[in-house]
Parts: sequence; C-alpha cells; structure tokens
Amino acid sequence: MTFNLLELLAAGFIGAALLLGLIRLIIGPDAPDRVISADTMSVTVTAGLTVFAAYFNSALFLDVALVYGAISFIGLIAIARVIEGSNS
Amino acid sequence: MRLIADILLLLGAIFCFLGALGLIRMPDIYNRIQAGTKAATLGSIAIMLGIGMLYPEWWSKLLCIIGFLLFTSPVSSSVLARAVYLSGIKPWSKPKQPLKNSAGEKS
Repeated sequence: MTFNLLELLAAGFIGAALLLGLIRLIIGPDAPDRVISADTMSVTVTAGLTVFAAYFNSALFLDVALVYGAISFIGLIAIARVIEGSNS
Repeated sequence: MRLIADILLLLGAIFCFLGALGLIRMPDIYNRIQAGTKAATLGSIAIMLGIGMLYPEWWSKLLCIIGFLLFTSPVSSSVLARAVYLSGIKPWSKPKQPLKNSAGEKS
C-alpha cells in the first residue's frame, strides 16, 4: 500500500531512533552501553519490520520479525552471561 | 479506521525515538537500561497495534510478536542490569557542587 504523510513520518521517526541507537553503539564508553544500545535497536527493528510488511504488502516480514526477536534475545542473554562472569 | 491506525503508528514511532534519545542523554548504564527498554517496548507494541488495524488479517501473527516482546524484553533488561551490577559498576550519583566561598577567597 502507498503510505500517506503520517505513516511516512512514523517511518522517519523509526529511522531517527535507529540512528540515535547507532550513535550510542559507536561512542558507548563501555561494553554494557553497547549491549543495551543493541537491545533497544533490535526492539526498534522488530517494529520497523512490521512497517516493512505493511509497505510491501507481504506477511512474510512478520515471520522475519518474530525470528529476529528470538535470536536477538538469545544473543543478549549470552552476552549478559559473559559480562557477569568476567568480573564476579 | 485508517486515521486511528496512523495515530497509533505515529505515537509508537515517537516513543521509539524518545527511547533512543534517552539512550543518548542519560548519564549512567542503569538509566540507559530504563530509558531504552521500556519506551522502545511500548512504542513497538503501539506500532504493531497500528499495523494490525491497517491489515486486520494479520492479527494472529502480530499478537504472537506482541506476546513474545512482552515476555522477553523485561527479562533481557533485568538479566543485563543484574549482570552489570554483579560486575561491579556503581550507580551514578549527582556530583557535589564545590563551595562558593573557596572560589571567592582565591580571587
């Protein structure tokens, strides 16, 4: 479907959120900052994939969003274990 | 119907943007966890409700994604906060202001 102005504005806000997360991912002073930025970006990407599904009019992107969320959750748990075990 | 969906989409996108802005602005890792996770989760759920109003035949998959997000996002943030706390990072506190008298006596 063709997007009208409000939906294009929503897509622009999602892109700006991803850009701010990328800035924190680059300049983050420590490893946990980068991990939490990647987590926020993955949640935002999951929302952006559903917007993609509406734009391209195919329900395949919803499955992609679900699997992407699952894989990012497992990766974040693994990285949290690494952070916890390194010092304690 | 489309206007309600558009308003939900825009609200969710603004919440995602504010969460990412909090990720930039906040001074500490714990504040960043709070700002990032909760606002981004609320924004994503609002966006998926809006998409579900645009395409009513996708409700089942969208409800699956919403349930998964509601289940995993607090768990991941809690696990990460616990790991950061156990690795020995102290919470941020407001820096103390220097006394004005000492600065005045020097000049």
